[in-house]
Amino acid sequence: MSQEITLGHNPTDNMDVGTPVFHDTGHHEEKLHFFKKYIFSLDHKIIAKQYLITGIIWAIIGALFSVFFRLQLGFPDSTFPVMETFLGEWAKGGKLSPEFYYALVTMHGTILIFFVLTAGLSGTFSNFLIPLQIGARDMAAPFLNMLSYWIFFLSSVVMLSSLFIQTGPASGGWQVYPPLSALKEASLGSGLGMDLWLLSMLLFVISQLLAGLNYVSTILNMRTKGMKMSRMPLTIWSFFFTAILGLLTFPVLLSAFVLLFFDRHFGTSFYLSEIFIGGKALSHIGGSAILYQHLFWFLGHPEVYIVMLPGMGIASELLSNHARKPIFGYLAMVISLVGISTLSIFVWAHHMFVTGMSPFLGSIFVLFTLLIAIPSSIKTFNWLATLWKGSLRLNVPMLFSLGFVSLFISGGLTGIFVGNSALDIHLHDTYFVVAHFHLVMGVSSFFGMFAGIYHWFPKMFGRYMNNTLGYIHFFITIVGAYLIFWPMHYEGLAGMPRRYYDYSAWETFKVFQDLNTFISVVTVVTFFAQLLFVFNFFVSIFKGRKVTKMNPWGSTTLEWTTPIRPGHGNWEGPIPEVHRWPYDYKEDGEGNDFIPQHIPLKPGEESH
Amino acid sequence: MSGFIITALVVLVFIVVYQLAKANEYSVILKDEEKVNASTNRLMAWLMLIGFILGLFGLYKCHVNLQDYLLPESASNHGDNYESMLKWTLIITGIVFFLTHIMLFYYIFKYQASDKRKSYYYAHNNTVEILWTTIPAITLLILVIIGLRNWSVMMDDAPKESLQVEITGKQFAWIIRYPGPDGVFGNTDFRLINDANNVLGLDWDDPASHDDIIFENGQMHLIKDHPAHLIIRSRDVIHDVGLPHFRMKMDAVPGIITTMWFTPKFTSQEMIEKTGNPDFVYEIACDQMCGNGHYSMRGTIIVETQDRFNSWLADQTSYYDLHYGESDKEEELVDNPEEESLVENNEVALN
Repeated sequence: MSQEITLGHNPTDNMDVGTPVFHDTGHHEEKLHFFKKYIFSLDHKIIAKQYLITGIIWAIIGALFSVFFRLQLGFPDSTFPVMETFLGEWAKGGKLSPEFYYALVTMHGTILIFFVLTAGLSGTFSNFLIPLQIGARDMAAPFLNMLSYWIFFLSSVVMLSSLFIQTGPASGGWQVYPPLSALKEASLGSGLGMDLWLLSMLLFVISQLLAGLNYVSTILNMRTKGMKMSRMPLTIWSFFFTAILGLLTFPVLLSAFVLLFFDRHFGTSFYLSEIFIGGKALSHIGGSAILYQHLFWFLGHPEVYIVMLPGMGIASELLSNHARKPIFGYLAMVISLVGISTLSIFVWAHHMFVTGMSPFLGSIFVLFTLLIAIPSSIKTFNWLATLWKGSLRLNVPMLFSLGFVSLFISGGLTGIFVGNSALDIHLHDTYFVVAHFHLVMGVSSFFGMFAGIYHWFPKMFGRYMNNTLGYIHFFITIVGAYLIFWPMHYEGLAGMPRRYYDYSAWETFKVFQDLNTFISVVTVVTFFAQLLFVFNFFVSIFKGRKVTKMNPWGSTTLEWTTPIRPGHGNWEGPIPEVHRWPYDYKEDGEGNDFIPQHIPLKPGEESH
Repeated sequence: MSGFIITALVVLVFIVVYQLAKANEYSVILKDEEKVNASTNRLMAWLMLIGFILGLFGLYKCHVNLQDYLLPESASNHGDNYESMLKWTLIITGIVFFLTHIMLFYYIFKYQASDKRKSYYYAHNNTVEILWTTIPAITLLILVIIGLRNWSVMMDDAPKESLQVEITGKQFAWIIRYPGPDGVFGNTDFRLINDANNVLGLDWDDPASHDDIIFENGQMHLIKDHPAHLIIRSRDVIHDVGLPHFRMKMDAVPGIITTMWFTPKFTSQEMIEKTGNPDFVYEIACDQMCGNGHYSMRGTIIVETQDRFNSWLADQTSYYDLHYGESDKEEELVDNPEEESLVENNEVALN
């Protein structure tokens, strides 16, 4: 990287975010008004925490919704007065109405995929780690960064408010396929709730684009001296590709939503044709409902990787760090990230094998889809090889990273089933798919996120999270995840459709009632274990054990060269210069088993 | 208020648990931290190992308990392909699953940190990278080939002699239509739909529409060992014709016509005997979220022998006659000459 491009980030240089000099210990920091410091902050670390806390709040809401609809599935004949307390009219007498059941299913998907695992995950770790790990004082455009969070916040407010309107929030599934989502006659949730959903998602896409632009330009332009692309930690590589994927595909989603909005309000027929509903024939002719699905899944599939890649990056980093051993096949890891990201844009129609799309097109998508398993298996084997002959510190972040690998394998392998159209024809839209994507992108991404939170909490707040609670959280969560989702494969193999409110009228599916009850009970237990985490998180911010060492994990990356509680600008003195790759976990000759990136090569030492 | 009390209780429990955990952590600091960390590490390695073994046992128990709930033998020709392909995919992914998981948990236990252990600085090896790129690639290629071969069979044009049945989804029911004696479906136009007497919007100007037979109860009759060609439509939103016992599925999309074909292998009666379940019935499940009644959008299929099917069909009255027929009485007569000709025509149409 040439000096011109890293302009302004010469170690001796100052910040370019409009705040004065940084090497005078950061006294002026305290003079900042509370609002400027914690609310409308330009500091990437504060923005990361804002994303994280918003994400946690959304995660509680989204998970709570799943508890509600699991209660309905597990105990279709019982009533739960506590639900009426929370949901009022929607659960009169403690029994969920079908309308709101579908609203809950829809919001559960929307919230967790977009608000938690996209904004909450990428937003937190990209914001927090990119400047810290590449050696920059802040993002390329801190103001844009702040804007991105506040637009996300606005989007959250709109989505949240849609929960309280009379006709209820959107209820057509998180993919909101038209015509169901386009016609208010089709379902209650397709009324005002759907408009608010679209508005909220529009704001969300804008926020993600601002964030993504910032991540990409920061990574490309603001790396410190010596931080060649080939010396970036795998976390940064994964955030980089996540951001690029988002930039390429979110605009397409936006276009799909705009057309949907037109169909809803301006009488166009992009997605509508020959519909008789609510006792009358509509005037729409010539549109294609399949068109929406193409546009939607053009984002929808890369979205899976937008959710997955940060988890992969975090797991790679942590497995290496806590195994005290370099990541195996760094280059192969980067190339497989490139492979996954590229292929992920060409597999979208594997969600559409049975929509009546041309079978020939289906064949091509089968091929591309199964190709994606190759880079995925490279990653898996590299993770395993990283553990081999390591010295594993089995602390909480490490356990979550190991859990990530296990869940990624379990959930990834079933992708080979549903990605092959001749099997998908039976498994499509059954619980097999539910089990598949919850394991591979839901739970394993959450594991990546948990691992990251436990690992970087000391850097974020200068305190540790409680270890014992962390262990409890880990074991309940991984056992719970497998107990919930593993049996669902059986339901799916039996053809049990997803998104049913009640199976009791079905001869083929009602045999699973006992299993559904079991799954629901486990869900409730697992949910409370997550609350334990939330509790641990918030209490530890104020009461956790204080960090006393600069580099508590013995890590090689640059974020641990900053003060224990870094101010805006991250380094008090000049930004350290990078001399080596980020995985030099070897003897430094002074009793340490790692050599940080900023330590110059010893005479005669070869760089990786 | 019960909700409030429960919430308060939960918070209280959390506080207690947190305090205990915290006390535990302080005691760690008071003792020798390094020592405690080492013993925690050992404990975790053991827990992971025990967890893994229990997990394997759990998978076994899960399978034993749930295998009886899986579907009976596939009841269609395509379903047989599906089953054999599923078996091979399961074997291959099963091997990978167990291999990688055994490696993962073995390494966790074997390479747990200890005083004596030093990690081995080993950053890459191109040979193994190539090895574990090509082996998955070849395996996947095999799966792709099997998959596409089956896919092309399933998606091939239906045989000419197929029984033609139209199935139309609406919120929240299935409407079945047979072409009647002429073997031709009458034209439809969604603007002619009327729930009272023209549920599919048949165009009465088209003579072919007059003998079409429609069932609004979502019950479809198919013939054993005779290919069935389903013409799938939707009146309003996207639905999906899911046929778990035949291992088939296809969306019903408003504005376009989709199709699916398969050959049923067992009559409904045979399935009742096979499963030992007197209530067994082939079910049509809507598999695409279609609104509040999605979960209740149920149809059924009766598979019977050619003879039984013919005599059943012969008893049916066309939709036109049901709603616009001059005399309803006439159709009740068994010796109605028109009915006789219907049977004969039908045989022609079917063969």
